[in-house]
Amino acid sequence: MRTLWVLFLVSMLAGSVTAQTTIRGKVKDNKGKPVPGASISLKGTYDGATSDSTGTFQFMTVENGEMFLVVSSIGYDPLEKAVLLNGQPLDLPLQLREAADELKAVVITAGSFEASDSKRTTVLNSIDIVTTASANADVTAAIRTLPGTQQVGEKEGLFVRGGSGEEARVFIDGTLVNNFFFTSVPDIAQRGRFSPFLFKGTVFSSGGYSALYGQALSGALVLETIDMPEQNAASIGISTVGVNGGYQYLNKEKTFTWGANYSYTNLLPYFELVKQRPDYFKIPVLHYGDANFRIKTSKTGILKFYGTWQVNQLGLRSPDIDSTRLKNSFSLFNNNLYANLSWKEKIGSHWKLFLGSSYSNNLDEISNQLQDENNDPVFSTEMPYRSKNFNGDIRAELSQVKGVLDRRLWGLSILRFGGEWLYFRDQLNFTDSISSRSTTINDHFKAGFLETDIYITNNIAAKLGARWEHSSLMQKSNLVPRVSLAYKLAPKSQVSLAYGIFYQKPERNQLVINQELDYTRATHYIANYQKITALNVFRVEAFYKKYDDLVKTVPLLSNHGKGYAKGIELFWRDKKTFKGVDYWISYSFLDTERDYLNYPGLLKPNFAASHTASLVIKKFITKLKTQFNASYSYATGRPYYNIRYNENEGKTLVADRGETIDFNNLSLSVNYLPNIGRQNAKAFTVFVLSVTNVLNQEQIYNYNYSYNGSIKQAVRPPANQFFFLGCFISLGVDRTEDVINNNL
Amino acid sequence: MMTKCFLLLSLLLPTLSMMAQSDKYKTAMVQQIAKLDGAMQNGGFTDLANSFERIGDAEKEQWLPYYYAAYCQVMNGFMEKDKSKVDPLADKAEALITKAETIAGAPNSETEVIRSMIASSRMMVDPQSRWMQYGQVSSGHMEKAKQQDPANPRPVYLEAQSKFYTPEQFGGGKAVAAPIFEKAIAMFDQFKPASEIHPSWGKSAAEYFLSQCK
Repeated sequence: MRTLWVLFLVSMLAGSVTAQTTIRGKVKDNKGKPVPGASISLKGTYDGATSDSTGTFQFMTVENGEMFLVVSSIGYDPLEKAVLLNGQPLDLPLQLREAADELKAVVITAGSFEASDSKRTTVLNSIDIVTTASANADVTAAIRTLPGTQQVGEKEGLFVRGGSGEEARVFIDGTLVNNFFFTSVPDIAQRGRFSPFLFKGTVFSSGGYSALYGQALSGALVLETIDMPEQNAASIGISTVGVNGGYQYLNKEKTFTWGANYSYTNLLPYFELVKQRPDYFKIPVLHYGDANFRIKTSKTGILKFYGTWQVNQLGLRSPDIDSTRLKNSFSLFNNNLYANLSWKEKIGSHWKLFLGSSYSNNLDEISNQLQDENNDPVFSTEMPYRSKNFNGDIRAELSQVKGVLDRRLWGLSILRFGGEWLYFRDQLNFTDSISSRSTTINDHFKAGFLETDIYITNNIAAKLGARWEHSSLMQKSNLVPRVSLAYKLAPKSQVSLAYGIFYQKPERNQLVINQELDYTRATHYIANYQKITALNVFRVEAFYKKYDDLVKTVPLLSNHGKGYAKGIELFWRDKKTFKGVDYWISYSFLDTERDYLNYPGLLKPNFAASHTASLVIKKFITKLKTQFNASYSYATGRPYYNIRYNENEGKTLVADRGETIDFNNLSLSVNYLPNIGRQNAKAFTVFVLSVTNVLNQEQIYNYNYSYNGSIKQAVRPPANQFFFLGCFISLGVDRTEDVINNNL
Repeated sequence: MMTKCFLLLSLLLPTLSMMAQSDKYKTAMVQQIAKLDGAMQNGGFTDLANSFERIGDAEKEQWLPYYYAAYCQVMNGFMEKDKSKVDPLADKAEALITKAETIAGAPNSETEVIRSMIASSRMMVDPQSRWMQYGQVSSGHMEKAKQQDPANPRPVYLEAQSKFYTPEQFGGGKAVAAPIFEKAIAMFDQFKPASEIHPSWGKSAAEYFLSQCK
């Protein structure tokens, strides 16, 4: 008995000391490439090794029996393998599978530019949007330095790949924005109403966008508002155009924040200093107020509210084109209310819910009056003067709700579906010298969508979607497919393709006249190649677009219009070659013609230039605590036409045509941050100076023709240059960079 | 008699093996910690990080192995030339330090030091656009590390190092960094790690940086 005990103990001790097993092997990935730096370990023990640059490893263990070998490496799914340890050396071939990883996976990029602060390397980040010299803190102006857009200065909106300004729409937190830009003024492009500082993410799609969005023939600008701020802050500012102040509160737990801002813009002092071409008898004045709150409803949920109320007015006088004696006096009063409430939440481990709603109410009171040299009103019932005295009150209301559910499938694959309901209510009261009319149109617009992102591997992805829409006003539905594919060629380069059909309702003023009109339609085909590293981006994209059922106004309002657009675009961004210098270049070639509105046939539209290019450069000089930004935009001349109606033939013809001079604009801006990096400073100050068209080059956007066609007049900006000087102070915390963003 | 002996022995055996186990843990840790200086000179942090993680996985109730594994991964991140690989390393380090904190029951001064370093490594990927976000996170953890243990020299060393790399115009520079390095070194001289395997790194690096300030 005793002997047995001894034997047992001795054998146990001996066994644990003597039997050593050597484990060696090679770790490869699913393509057969060696994986260096992988950790190989015997589960539950200290024993293991790290694979070398050839993926090879070797170690010894005193363990015995059946055990598990665990192999792991960053970016791969861990592998567990049973091994039998009995002193015999083991030589193991081990294969790791690449983990489904959003940062590494292929991204569908055909048609879209993403600017965000996410960890994934994107083409631009949100700061880039606001530090673009020519932009003057206007989101869409910064977007105009990207390929696919036109340098149109006489009308607001994004003119994307042969599409008009109305054919690109803006979405904030998932919902459509009805009056994104300030109200149109004849021949002067207006800015967007929303500060770029409100947004943390921007996706600009110049075509082929997701089934979640609709009612835009050519492009979608999808903006996502910021979540929680970093800290409490108060801010004040003064500039050549006005004053502003704001406060943002954040609770200690960082789960609740609210804030409010007010700004007052008055261009009187500026117009005194810098002469404007039109005679502003009512100086542009804007009151802007906003309020927000955001609540973290859970670890993964956030409820966000943003609301703004804006009131502005202006009045300007310019010479009448049909008479040397008369003037046109245009005035505008605008009252705009916008509110957006959205909620995002994860439900369980597989579902994500998004609910969004928004309401907007925009009132434009516009009037035009014919005046003589003493600015006294002139009335005439003769053509062409009789249409030049008018008053219009236009109220546009939009209420909408949208819901989207995401269901996570395997890996990164997702199924997404939802719907939206939009209620448009437009009231138009219009009076001119000979008539008066008052119309209200209502449209209950509903849409449903289904989309799936399928990742076959990290390297191949497809996005398949479908969208259904119905308008109660038009009593018509449509159902369209959207498809895109992406394939990763190498860790940093990929190709993607996109196809889709896009419908858009005719414009409000067309639907007022004829509600029988059908949707206008565009079909997009896009191919894209992208190579992106942390410091460089190269993109090339080719597209073909076909337009059908565009609205024609002559001889009668109909859907007989059509057109096409094709082109190729390049984008190059480089933060590497020149030390401390960040620059990007974009180039677009566009070949487009369309037959729409009063065009007699296929014509290259007057908002389309064949070649457009932009160069944007940024450099921060530490010694001077100053950032220098420059941007240069160039576009070849655009066509202009005198389209006249021939009553005998019942159709229009081009009586005269030409091409404007090339467009050039060099803009510079400088931001000086005297307090940057100063320890414990309570106030941070930023000075901003910016100048557009530094070289004072002549800019002509288009030509207007007189009624009889004998006179043509160039459409130019109200002033060749725009100067801006401002000082912005942020109190309480270091928000220097925010202040630059907010006010550049 | 013999039976009693064996009985005693068999009773003792578990205790012995437990002691052997904790001895084994300590020995393994001491061995790996000794390699840290070498890794600083010649690389090899991945190897070390894996070793520490293995010890952590096997022990399950010790926070130090994960702490060191996180430290090695973040050092890897600082040394990585391919900027696109830094975020995944920082993610890994973050996962490891979270494990360490969970085992320790709460964040402590040393884990806050690692968190501060992780944020700094993320910032270095693209300082111009990430400075705002991660600079604040990094200094936040540095402050917490100081609060939790005012005698810990490592947050002071990190602060000095961050000043060293900050341009003079932004309130940094060698002249500003030097006295903080001196303060850190003085604190290192006073600092007594809780055991031979508790964090004690940083002094030689502080001395090196101080020499570069002159």
